[in-house]
Amino acid sequence: MTSPLGKDLLGLEQLTAGQISLILDTAVPLKEISERTIKKVPTLRGATIVNLFFEASTRTRISFEFAEKRMSADTVNVASAGSSVSKGETLVDTARNLEAMRIDMVVIRHPASGAARFLAERIESNVINAGDGTHEHPTQGLLDLLTLRDRFGTLKGKRICLCGDVLHSRVARSNIWGLTKLGAEVAVCGPRSLLPNAIGEMGVTVFDRIEAAIEWADALNVLRLQLERMHAGYIPSLREYNRVFGVTRERLARAPRDVLILHPGPMNRGVEIDSDVADGPHSVILNQVTNGVAIRMAVLYLLSGNTPALADAAKAPA
Amino acid sequence: MPNSSSIVLSARAVERTITRMADEIVERNDGTEGLVLVGIQRRGVQIAGRIAARIEASERVKVPLGALDITLYRDDLQTVGPRPVVGKTTLPVALDGKHVVIVDDVLFTGRTIRAALDELADFGRPARVALAVLIDRGGRELPIQPDVVGTNVEAPRGARVDVMVAELDGRDEVVLTSGAGS
Repeated sequence: MTSPLGKDLLGLEQLTAGQISLILDTAVPLKEISERTIKKVPTLRGATIVNLFFEASTRTRISFEFAEKRMSADTVNVASAGSSVSKGETLVDTARNLEAMRIDMVVIRHPASGAARFLAERIESNVINAGDGTHEHPTQGLLDLLTLRDRFGTLKGKRICLCGDVLHSRVARSNIWGLTKLGAEVAVCGPRSLLPNAIGEMGVTVFDRIEAAIEWADALNVLRLQLERMHAGYIPSLREYNRVFGVTRERLARAPRDVLILHPGPMNRGVEIDSDVADGPHSVILNQVTNGVAIRMAVLYLLSGNTPALADAAKAPA
Repeated sequence: MPNSSSIVLSARAVERTITRMADEIVERNDGTEGLVLVGIQRRGVQIAGRIAARIEASERVKVPLGALDITLYRDDLQTVGPRPVVGKTTLPVALDGKHVVIVDDVLFTGRTIRAALDELADFGRPARVALAVLIDRGGRELPIQPDVVGTNVEAPRGARVDVMVAELDGRDEVVLTSGAGS
């Protein structure tokens, strides 16, 4: 067994620029596999992967499942509802029971921040974090980086603004780590009630007005307003949020340059983003989804077999 | 014992050999009808490109040219150290019913070609698949034979055969280095 960096993907915070670039570079040729008539390579033949989803997910779960199947792994999906989890079994017991059936990797989505690391430290299998609470969602961060790099060629010096509900967003955290490591300038924009207090310490610029963010940015990553996590009055109303912070065609029309639009989905159309922006010519939202499968294939490939590929890339200069 | 190197093919010899291989490929195929050249990453791609250029010069036909990266089809992925870098696979046309010629720089164990055949099968059902290699160094571990050979080299197991191409290495040359400690 190699270092934890070689075994698991828990977040972008622990990765070096070299490791992140290795994952992106590996994903590029893997895109072609999804364009074939027979969308499958035999690389992970015989490997068993468990998708352990303790939280609702369509896109991420399906994307991981496509990635696993296109690499020829055998997959099992476990959702919290309908499993022993609903009978009170602990996370570790669930995972150890799965390991006793000889699995190779676990992809975990969990509402508690740190759940992926907790599991990774207790089981032998590779663990991939598919979103843990408000902590990180590394594969989403990576696919955002790839989508931006596809368009810009490089991220060095590019200005990316994360808009909206940064407070509840693990996507935002993974983006901030990844973007800053690859040399981009990062900003956040949203109501102060939805920005973490210490956000300045992550080395990002803060915009209070969406107009100022649009004027500054090369790309906006518009975050979903996570209504299901808002148990207190963070915003007065959805209509007011849209009026003050919504990314609209009118606002983008005043930008000094074409601004690329990303959104991790699922979108609240008419709230954080207007439909004609989401479906507009500068939207790369569906490219993000396509890239997601390739990124996850790359991560599976690099982690499989407990080889130190990622650990080696950490030692190399970026 | 220090390693000793000898030049198997000089730049001129590489050019002559590729010219002959191109003529042989066209002859075996009875023309260029249905012919598709597929180079194996990495240096097979450049050699396939040279063969295509030579065929274009002599036959005035642009033969479709593809590239195949076989990394994801390797049979030793569970045992090799760090994950090998994955290269690009591009096939310009559907392969159904075509006469595909796989082009590689060196044929050794045959395992790369086994992987290439598996990968090609995922792209369709060619009418025929042939194998053209610049160097056949022997040492097969699988029942695989080349159809068109540039040069045969007697290379013992520990020796290295390095094919250099101008596009990647700055010069055309094939060098045999006897192995240390084998």
